[in-house]
Amino acid sequence: MIQFHHVSKRYLTHLAVDDLSFSLPQGKVVGIVGENGSGKSTTLKLMAGLIKPTRGTVTIAGQPVDRRICRMVSYLSELDAYYPFFTVGETIDFYKSQFADFDAEKAEAILKFMDLKREVKVKHLSKGNRGRVKIVCTLARNVPVILMDEPLSGLDPMVRESIVKGLISFVDLEKQTVVITTHEIKEVEHVLDTVLLLKGGRLIGIEDVENIRSAQQLGIVEWMKQRYERVEE
Amino acid sequence: MGEAFHNLTPIYIQLVERINRQIVRQDLKPGDKLPSVREMAIQVGINPNTVQRTYRELELMGIVETRRGQGTFVTENKQVLEKLREMMKESRIESFVREMSEMGYSAEEMMEGLNRYLRRKKGGDKE
Repeated sequence: MIQFHHVSKRYLTHLAVDDLSFSLPQGKVVGIVGENGSGKSTTLKLMAGLIKPTRGTVTIAGQPVDRRICRMVSYLSELDAYYPFFTVGETIDFYKSQFADFDAEKAEAILKFMDLKREVKVKHLSKGNRGRVKIVCTLARNVPVILMDEPLSGLDPMVRESIVKGLISFVDLEKQTVVITTHEIKEVEHVLDTVLLLKGGRLIGIEDVENIRSAQQLGIVEWMKQRYERVEE
Repeated sequence: MGEAFHNLTPIYIQLVERINRQIVRQDLKPGDKLPSVREMAIQVGINPNTVQRTYRELELMGIVETRRGQGTFVTENKQVLEKLREMMKESRIESFVREMSEMGYSAEEMMEGLNRYLRRKKGGDKE
């Protein structure tokens, strides 16, 4: 579904992503993990067509990725990307006006699930509820690929749980593929099919989570530490 | 989110065992309908693909049947359920005996200890 072929991304002198090659199958939930600055967000932005690779090619469903890939990809930014003066309802309506594939009924259902009110202004929301609004807008689109950059970071455990549950409830894995970057591995561990581990912009491991458990009897965090140590040696 | 999962075994196997225990305990009766894949995924907080794999595994074991368009049901085949009951018993006994042997207890000591424990427990229950 998503393919990277010798992809590098350089910001001036800094090599953010270094010669990445991998392929992610359809219908999976994939986690991109790794320490700060390991290239997780850059990798996700390359999939979203928000930045261009310096070298190499990225394709989704066989199509080379450029800015227009947003027709197939729903992207959740780690930043607050919404107008503060809009209400929750206006934000959703604005999203609907921008994307033909936006499913208004689904949006209402997720809104209800997240216990959000349409009338409240975005700037008056708590950080947790702003995080929830982002989830509503991202998951309400009927697109083949959903990308989420740090959807859980800086949020309390209850909000994190509601986001993970929302993800399970509203993503259709028969038609959709999900890629998440995260530090909150414990929270999403049971939801991931595959993890992709980065260090210093390089891919140092890609593995099925159930394999890590059965073959090595490790959780993702332990596996990650082990891989990191092996690379350092 | 119910009981937590541990890292030693794949989650789909842990879920298979959990459902088997519910069947042996009769919390799930023959012919009962299991939650849909998505409902189960939300209930236990795991990936729907993993639940799918769990149901497939249970189906291979003959413990559940999938009826097209209706869902997944616990089998009404008495033999299969009796075998499952035996299998769960065997596996518990096996791990008990293995742990006791590792600590150096003999078979006689295990039998004697188990008997005494059960007698005492029965007596205690009466009071």
